[in-house]
Amino acid sequence: MRRPLVRSPAIRLADVTVTYDRRPAVHHVSGAFAAGSLTAIVGPNGAGKTSLLRALTGAQRLDAGTLDRGGLAASDIAYLPQQAVLDRSFPISCGEVVMMGHWRRTGPFRGMGEAQRGEATQALDAVGLGGFGARQIASLSAGQFQRVLFARMMLEDAPVIVLDEPFNAIDARTTADLLRLVARWHGEGRSVIAVLHDHDLVRAHFPQTLLLARELIAWGPTEAVLTPANGLRARMMAEGWDEDSGTCAQAA
Amino acid sequence: MLLDPFLEFAFMRRALVGCLALSLAAPPLGVFLVLRRLSLIGDALGHAILPGVALGATVGGLSLVAMSTGGIVAGLAIVLAAGLATRGTGIREDASLAGFYLVALAAGVVIVSAGGSGVDLLDLLFGAALGVDDGALLFMAVTTTVTLLALAIMWRPLVTETFDPGFLRHAGGGGALWHLGFLGLVVLNLVAAFHALGTLMAVGLMMLPATGARFWAASVGGQVAASVAAAVVASFCGLLVSFHADLPTGPAIILAAGVIWATGLVAGPQGSLLRRLVRRPHLAG
Repeated sequence: MRRPLVRSPAIRLADVTVTYDRRPAVHHVSGAFAAGSLTAIVGPNGAGKTSLLRALTGAQRLDAGTLDRGGLAASDIAYLPQQAVLDRSFPISCGEVVMMGHWRRTGPFRGMGEAQRGEATQALDAVGLGGFGARQIASLSAGQFQRVLFARMMLEDAPVIVLDEPFNAIDARTTADLLRLVARWHGEGRSVIAVLHDHDLVRAHFPQTLLLARELIAWGPTEAVLTPANGLRARMMAEGWDEDSGTCAQAA
Repeated sequence: MLLDPFLEFAFMRRALVGCLALSLAAPPLGVFLVLRRLSLIGDALGHAILPGVALGATVGGLSLVAMSTGGIVAGLAIVLAAGLATRGTGIREDASLAGFYLVALAAGVVIVSAGGSGVDLLDLLFGAALGVDDGALLFMAVTTTVTLLALAIMWRPLVTETFDPGFLRHAGGGGALWHLGFLGLVVLNLVAAFHALGTLMAVGLMMLPATGARFWAASVGGQVAASVAAAVVASFCGLLVSFHADLPTGPAIILAAGVIWATGLVAGPQGSLLRRLVRRPHLAG
């Protein structure tokens, strides 16, 4: 077996709870993302999937529990949030967006030369946007823009990569291309964690699955997790909440 | 012939040099304000420095140092307070700035009218470009130098933070720091500009060339260059028109900037009205 190119640590969760205004969005979740694993996070809307990602990437404080990133800093994890927050009319070129991926190595001031520009060009080639370096992002389609963001993630060269609904509103061909990239990252030994809605896609491409409905429903090999029984349990989770809910008994 | 007023009168030369200095530094900041969707923040900050200037004048007399220090302190205090309020409560930054600047503006007017500081409210609001003295000129030049150096240093983080603040925050780039530093530069430029143009008109020289820049250039750097060019031309033309037609200088300069802005809006090469209206045959592929 080929030795992995990138050493990524396991990420362990123990009783992780994330709350908004005391209401749990993620409730007592425990388990581990194995080193170099490829995991899909699935669950209904409002199940706390994004909150869990935000906790993983350090953007959200834990209300209870511990999260052991195996020695990685939160900022070492590459994170692609859900689309639509970025201003796609911003006057910036594809190449410049991709070059942002160098940030962890160059910081605000260190120079970027031919080598860095070459890597950006290669990354654009790899996502199927060869020759787009000078194009303004305003002229891109949603799918092409997502490809640019994936190219930026390539340059980030992170051991753990976290994607939040990366294939929303993306066509089949672009999804297939980007999935090949995800498989390549996995092959290089990186851990990839992605929130997804399409269960067929998860079955075909993600060996591990975490089914979340605020509480952990199941976590393990995809076939064992995505069963009708588990799906029913996840759907039973009420999206609303009890107005007069008392404090959680499990809270120590 | 065209340059006659500047060759003949020292006060015109001073006004021109002062306005050119402002034209180099303020419009680039305006471009970033527009890109950060904070176009109206310049206005808010322009009003926010008013109580500081008035207090400075009340305490230290009608001196450049006293009024400028007061203005800068008040501006920075409001930027910081609004930033803290935003971070602490999650309300939008423009909303908290709006709250703070309205209070500051009212306080400023109360101080000016009650204090008997001898400050003319009209001079504060509309400036006196033809009364720019050596000290004010030096202050503007220093501000421009500091601003251009700072922009050169923080260009990469500023562009990154403006486009994708979440990315920079996550990658450990210190997002809030760049944002506050940038707003600090805006305050500094508004205070420097108010001597020549007044607090109301100072915002005009920052924002009008900047909002017009998107009709002339498609990149951030191009927009910065376009905005500076527009401000330089507006300063020059505005001063000449005000001299020959005997109009107040500050508003004349801003009106000139307005003409350039309207020209870009109607006929600029990027996304202007004309580009939208004139139908050109579509390309083959």
